[in-house]
Amino acid sequence: MYGRGIFKGLVVTFKHLINTYVDDFRYGWRKYSKDADNFEVRQGPKARGAFTVQYPDEKVAVPERFRFVPFLVVEDDDHPERPGHDWCTSCGICAKVCPPQCIWIVRSEDPVTKRPVPEPEAFFIDIDICMNCGYCAEFCPFDAIKMDHDYELASYDRTTAHIHDKERLSKPFSYWKSIAPTTAYEEMQARGGWEHSDVIKAKKKQAEQDAKKATATPTPVAEATATPTETTTDAPKEALSAEERKAKREAALARKRAKEESGGE
Amino acid sequence: MTNEVAIEQTQNDVQTLDQAIDYLIKKYPNIVSKDTREGYGGVIVDRNHLIDVATTLRDELGYNYLSSATAVDYMGIAEPDSDMEMVYHAYRLSGGSALVFKTQAPRDNPVIPSLVSVFPATDFQEREAYDLYGIQFEGHPNLKRILLWEGFYGHPMRKDWKEAYYEEEHKPFSSRWPGGYVHRAEERNPYGKNVKYPADFDLSRLTDISEESLYAGLGLGVDVQSLGGEMRTDRLVVNMGPHHPSTHGVFRMVITLNGETIETLEPVMGYLHRNHEKIGERNTYLQNIPFTDRLDYLSSMGNNLGYVLGVEQLMALGSRYIPVPYRAEVIRVLMAELTRIVNHLWSIGFLLNDLGAFFTPMLYANNEREKILDFFEAVAGSRLMCNYMRFGGVFKDLPERIKSVANLVNDRVRDFNTMEYLTDIITERLPRFLDEYEYYLSENEIIKSRCIGVGVLPPDMAIAYGAVGPLLRGSGIPYDVRRAEPYSIYPELDFDIPTGENGDIYDRYLVRMREMRESLRILRQILPRLEATKGQEVWAGGKQGAYSPRIPVGEAYGRVENPKGELGYYIVSAGDPKGTQNPWRYHIRAPSFTNLTCLGPMSKGHKVADVVTVLGSIDIVLGETDR
Ligand code: SF4
Ligand code: SF4
Repeated sequence: MYGRGIFKGLVVTFKHLINTYVDDFRYGWRKYSKDADNFEVRQGPKARGAFTVQYPDEKVAVPERFRFVPFLVVEDDDHPERPGHDWCTSCGICAKVCPPQCIWIVRSEDPVTKRPVPEPEAFFIDIDICMNCGYCAEFCPFDAIKMDHDYELASYDRTTAHIHDKERLSKPFSYWKSIAPTTAYEEMQARGGWEHSDVIKAKKKQAEQDAKKATATPTPVAEATATPTETTTDAPKEALSAEERKAKREAALARKRAKEESGGE
Repeated sequence: MTNEVAIEQTQNDVQTLDQAIDYLIKKYPNIVSKDTREGYGGVIVDRNHLIDVATTLRDELGYNYLSSATAVDYMGIAEPDSDMEMVYHAYRLSGGSALVFKTQAPRDNPVIPSLVSVFPATDFQEREAYDLYGIQFEGHPNLKRILLWEGFYGHPMRKDWKEAYYEEEHKPFSSRWPGGYVHRAEERNPYGKNVKYPADFDLSRLTDISEESLYAGLGLGVDVQSLGGEMRTDRLVVNMGPHHPSTHGVFRMVITLNGETIETLEPVMGYLHRNHEKIGERNTYLQNIPFTDRLDYLSSMGNNLGYVLGVEQLMALGSRYIPVPYRAEVIRVLMAELTRIVNHLWSIGFLLNDLGAFFTPMLYANNEREKILDFFEAVAGSRLMCNYMRFGGVFKDLPERIKSVANLVNDRVRDFNTMEYLTDIITERLPRFLDEYEYYLSENEIIKSRCIGVGVLPPDMAIAYGAVGPLLRGSGIPYDVRRAEPYSIYPELDFDIPTGENGDIYDRYLVRMREMRESLRILRQILPRLEATKGQEVWAGGKQGAYSPRIPVGEAYGRVENPKGELGYYIVSAGDPKGTQNPWRYHIRAPSFTNLTCLGPMSKGHKVADVVTVLGSIDIVLGETDR
């Protein structure tokens, strides 16, 4: 009979309509409550009817791996040792791997020695160009740049607001833990602690030195003990200078070794 | 006579690819020779005899299905008399790998005979090579620019061509680090020195001559009147698009109508052209993966897969290649098949839109599609721009839970077990939906009367025009790359290749419906494999040093059966004998692009309203067509 197929289609359409209302009745007023269970069922694979999220009044929390324009991880402001300190060491890997080349990093230098200091002087991301690919976060060896979940970045003027500088990009580490707890935990395990990997390394070194100190002669230790105590107790400036001193020491040692080798030959 | 018999006999002996190559070399001594460059395969054909050799290939050796034709500019690498190269990939419909044949010309004056008379499939691809490389194809019936406009100066894929915002030959650019003082490209280089135009060009009188040449070809302005039967009809040129809801993007069809009947249809494209391939050649290999997402943006997982397969072929030429772990292969197939469902749901929904069933069937399909996209988002981080595959594996394993947490920015949370979620959609939700959808649509009288017998593509024409995907299979040819030249773990999976009988719109619709069911069948086999491989590694190469791998020199053609058809990546690594960090050539053989070759012939004789559905049934995405 002509028209049978059309009639069947109408039945399906009607069923869809009914299903949505059945769900509405089933969950009743809770559609408008903050009841998470109800939301989850109605958004999940088991739901039958249609369900609309009333954006922007409601916003669906995005999954952990969701990626939008990246942000820079900095220490929390109440961090005991280095509050607000950048995790970024300005190694430049993210700038190199970025496909549209929208990351700009100015590496800072020690004003005296001209040696690079592991902290960016400036850091820019042109969010108009960023393609949200996530490579920077994926390949950063220090977990210092992460993909954000905040997607509401529209503005009226692209020429002034769309190059994010370091200040705009920086967000505390606790924020990263709040948007991606599982990932942050996995990264913590890979690093071996909740701290920045450099801090962890420094601590390990110190522990080794401490162990050595217990066995070795006391003469060289006097200096070694002085620096670590400074790093742990005092402000970040002190920690930095300690690192510097270490770098200088190592460089001097290397020079000495090179001289000895060439002289020996 | 005896000669013919002899040839017939040799033909029977010619089974494998190597035999076919030997046969060619024997038949055409001094004309056909093996390509002996390191990492290359196939044969090089003297360009003066290209048509003969191609005819032999097609008629005697059975390589009658030409899929890809593209140019490579070997400026500074090859000898000056042979530094422009055309590369063709021809296949047998019974399966197997490609017979790659190449022909060379000097890049100062690249003249190569056109193969359109032998393989009509090369029509658009030769026009593209002319447009982007400036190769003159002798005997091409319509050698006009295809992606750029008529009057564009220069050929942008040539190695010495520089784009307006040119910065450096290759990424990463040195200005970004360590002294990365930010600037916008337009501040520093407002069109700059790199915009070229002829010396006698009058900038004050810019005119677009492409329109004129286009219409002149169609006989506009001639105002032909003809008497068709009883009724007197006028011949009329109608532009559909570039901004027309039925064209699925910025695509334009210039149609000559006789009354309401279509006489000719000329597709005009390139409105979304961004010279993807040039960008790709400036990028490092890794940087191209997220760019492939932007080709067919409805099936980015499939695009990723084709590209990484191509690069992995090249990596396998080197000694340090670590093969893809099994779990990664399983996940790749999972993603590829989910993508197929995503794409077909979308394409059927929009086909129905084109038929006038405005948005109701579309939104039902979209509702299901959302569930898969939610899964993509949780796994890869994005719904459409997945950027998930890597060389030697995938970005990350599936998460334990598809989970979101309320935080400062968002509040409505979800939390599902990933495997339960997948099992739910694969074994219950999608099959139920497909049953309902078919019940809803397949018997509908309006759909049947609008689709059956409309836009017919006969099988011989489908092969000649190099149609791929559901378009080819709708015409009754069971060709599917997953079976013809299997990749990943498809050989161990059990599935059928649905085909149509009449090659009309309705058959294509049915093929897509059945393909989704076959995909579900594959996915049901994938689920236990996922369970069995839980916890195994998914990226053998790992992160270390992977951000700029060196790729051994050679050529590779990675092809996959994407939802829209065969998607191929022709990748050449050349220039540095130690291996390169940037592809020398990065070509995409896009199914949407080549399938459009069939649009004109399929639409001839139909009404305007039917063109809309014919186009809908090809299922194109402009991101891929225009690149
Ligand atoms: S990769 Fe990480 S540490 Fe290196 S510059 Fe980028 S954000 Fe900083
Ligand atoms: S997300 Fe991708 S495009 Fe954006 S800054 Fe990071 S690497 Fe660059």
